Amino acid sequence: MSDQIKTTEFSNQDYKLDAPVKWCAGCGAHAVLSAVQKALPVTRIKKENVVFVSGIGCSSRFPYYINTYGFHGLHGRAFAIASGIKVSNPNLSVWVVTGDGDSMAIGGNHFIHILRRNINVNILLFNNKIYALTKGQYSPTTPKGSVTKSSPDGTIENPFLPGELAMGANGTFYARVVDNNPKMMKEVITHAANHKGTSLVEILQNCIIFNNQVHSEITGKDVREDNQIYLEHGKPMIFGKNRDKGLIQSGPKFKVVKIGENGITEKDILIHDAHNPDDTRAYMLSRMTLPEYPVAMGILRAWQSTVYEDILYKQIQEYKEKREVKCVDDLLTSGNVFKIG
Amino acid sequence: MKKEAKIIELDEVVVKFAGDSGDGMQLTGSQFSDSSAFLGLDLSTFPDYPSEIRAPEGTIAGVSGFQVHIGHKEVQTPGDKADVLVAMNPAALKANLRWIKPNATIIIDIDNFDSKHYKKAGYIEDPLNDGSLEGFNIIKAPITNLTRSTVKEFGLDNITADKTKNQFVAGVLYWLFNRDIKIGESFLRGKFFKKPNLVKANIAALYAGYNYAETIEAIATRFEVLPAEKGKGLFRNITGNIATAWGLLAAAERSGRKLFLGSYPITPASEILQEIAKMKHLDAIAFQGEDEIASVCASIGASFTGRLGVTTTSGPGLALKGEGIGLAVITELPLVVVNVQRGGPSTGLPTKTEQADLLQALYGRHGESPCIVLAASTPANCFDFAYEAARLSIEHMTPVILLTDGYLANGSELWQIPKVSDLPAIYPPLVEDNDPYYHPYNRDPQRLARYWALPGQEGLRHRVGGLEKTDVTGEVSHDPINHEIMCLTRAEKVERVANRIPKQKVIGREKGDLLVVGWGGTYGALVSAVNELQDENRKVSLAQFNYINPLPENVDEILSNFKKIIVCELNLGQFAHHLRSKFPRYNYLQFNKIQGLPFLISELKAKFIEVLEE
Repeated sequence: MSDQIKTTEFSNQDYKLDAPVKWCAGCGAHAVLSAVQKALPVTRIKKENVVFVSGIGCSSRFPYYINTYGFHGLHGRAFAIASGIKVSNPNLSVWVVTGDGDSMAIGGNHFIHILRRNINVNILLFNNKIYALTKGQYSPTTPKGSVTKSSPDGTIENPFLPGELAMGANGTFYARVVDNNPKMMKEVITHAANHKGTSLVEILQNCIIFNNQVHSEITGKDVREDNQIYLEHGKPMIFGKNRDKGLIQSGPKFKVVKIGENGITEKDILIHDAHNPDDTRAYMLSRMTLPEYPVAMGILRAWQSTVYEDILYKQIQEYKEKREVKCVDDLLTSGNVFKIG
Repeated sequence: MKKEAKIIELDEVVVKFAGDSGDGMQLTGSQFSDSSAFLGLDLSTFPDYPSEIRAPEGTIAGVSGFQVHIGHKEVQTPGDKADVLVAMNPAALKANLRWIKPNATIIIDIDNFDSKHYKKAGYIEDPLNDGSLEGFNIIKAPITNLTRSTVKEFGLDNITADKTKNQFVAGVLYWLFNRDIKIGESFLRGKFFKKPNLVKANIAALYAGYNYAETIEAIATRFEVLPAEKGKGLFRNITGNIATAWGLLAAAERSGRKLFLGSYPITPASEILQEIAKMKHLDAIAFQGEDEIASVCASIGASFTGRLGVTTTSGPGLALKGEGIGLAVITELPLVVVNVQRGGPSTGLPTKTEQADLLQALYGRHGESPCIVLAASTPANCFDFAYEAARLSIEHMTPVILLTDGYLANGSELWQIPKVSDLPAIYPPLVEDNDPYYHPYNRDPQRLARYWALPGQEGLRHRVGGLEKTDVTGEVSHDPINHEIMCLTRAEKVERVANRIPKQKVIGREKGDLLVVGWGGTYGALVSAVNELQDENRKVSLAQFNYINPLPENVDEILSNFKKIIVCELNLGQFAHHLRSKFPRYNYLQFNKIQGLPFLISELKAKFIEVLEE
């Protein structure tokens, strides 16, 4: 696996392609592309070893805009294609770029199974809560009641939270970022790349054409410090413009408290433990919604578990050491063979 | 008391083992086949089992059978009808009565022939006394009771004890066929080597059956089939599914491309997945996907990295993989899709055989997405055509669909083991690192295959995908003329494969009154019927197709040499349709069967004679 690393430093220029990027002006995807191009040199992964795989949708055009190996696949199937790539050659750094329709609807099955297997693939999920490439139908993450082209009377479906699904599928790494915070994106994406196992980064992304301002309650400049909580492993869960609000445990739930009020001090605030094998708290954090709670950002969960392809290649090694059959000729002549004449 | 029984030498014998799903008839059948192969007999087998794992005991629905045809001469099919039937209960007897010859020997377990079992089988009267078995040689053996008393000393529970009944049956057959019982003994030592007590109990049951047959007066005749006149060499008994798996492994080794099988369990294809899963020491990866779609997509991903990507399935699975196969067509990556056909549509007859996915293989995709389509025609040549599918897919950088079927997959025959180095070489169109002339859609001028640059290689970073690409350079393109060029090129690439495959063979004379046309798994029955008619001086020949798309170059010429053409297939006329579209000037008669069963030689012969005399 050491082959993956090269000591020569790269810059973001190494990942730029001399091809037009065809996302709408003002689309949140531009910022994600830029953050990825900046994060990759930090990982020091050999650029020839990077593969971007995608499904179908606006976000899934990503592989055409970055100078790595790329595979623009089928709607919903990027996880399966990426699984085949990573399992076939674990030396590759494999990335999936997907959207909320691609991953939560048509690819929902593949999404939960790649997480369950914990194949070392990095997933960037662009969540704009709408089908944009097909021009504005509701997606599985669209809030209930939203009026869209395919829900003229408001959707009557309960939306998915990607984080919830990820925990339910035994996901080992889940993070959430916003598209208007490049520093946060670069930092989290770098961690995701280094995580051994499937990493899922949900990016709250704005669609300027079909769902403009969908995340503005969370991402707006005036509200973001009070409406987001940026989680860092080992640090107290504090947020707010004045960094005076925090989370404590209250019965089975979290409670937002103000430091300095009712005798609460910083010591009472919960410490974020992203590495905890037990995902109960990460699950609760992933479900926090406005207005009761701030929306959790950063790495909610990063648990080091066993990785599919590590076990597989260990088994391959063991077979090779133990089996007497070394080639196909050996196989064909093994067992019940009869010599005639 | 030992007796002197006369031994009759036969050229061929068909034996059918039938019992409840839990009676172990598949094991007895394959054991009998293996000992036949060990003795150098030619053979062909066919298991016939219900789709339920354990259907209600004693009912027709629960009957599981295994037919084996052994011969001194070349054996092409498991046989139309049996000379010897083992029926473990009345249901097994009832289900098989029409599949045995008029003077057949029937060995029954008399312990199960009581009124309770008659009723379960749907008999109103005792079949042993109602005259329905007249003309047969019935051996009423108390198999259950004798087995139970034999194995009592080993302290097995009742269920395990009853499972050794099949060895009692095997013992009877060893005697009946004048075989050395030591062969059976060594089979059991191998089979149960981890459980010494089971070895002892099964061997005791085997001997009990042998001694029983030797003692009773009812069996006065023994049979003997002499070794076949096969060539010299190493042989083994192999099923179509195992041969398919091994052919893929051989192609992977020969091409230097490690095997990746993405597959989802489906009858009757699952055995290929299970076999590859045991082959990690040969660098093969078996990835059991969450569904058929994941399986084909993972295999395409694997091919992108330079592995031999394969997916195996049956008809309904092929339908689900259609979109993925289209992706392999447009990304121009190797992909072998094995479709072990079964009765359809939908779940249809999952454990029965059929050839009704031909048009799906040829046309069942969106857009202009031609595929190379091959069909194996015997259990053993599943090896050759799995290998050929991989060779063509790798060298031409395009998906290949290999059609086998339930009959080939589960049936077995004696196979002369080849050497991997004797198989045709496979040349993957790989690229050197930093090749300055590399473009994703640059092509080999002869084959039109693009080149295979692999992630991890320096200086070859590129992107492939489902959107149409500019010829040569590979950028996304919506240009109308370019799309037409690319569609024509992909079609031409598949057509040119005709230059690299053998000419179609004709069995029999090049000219004649009737050309019998078949494809895939019907070969055994068709060649047997045609050979028999040729022996009767009829001017009948056979063209059995393995290359379906593209067709070999000489097909038109072959068709032009016969007065009549009859296309025989286990569907409603799909290959006839294919030939009509390619060579419309001929009149194609059809003989179709869609009962989930293979052709009988007798029904084919009758039809051909009718056509010849019209």
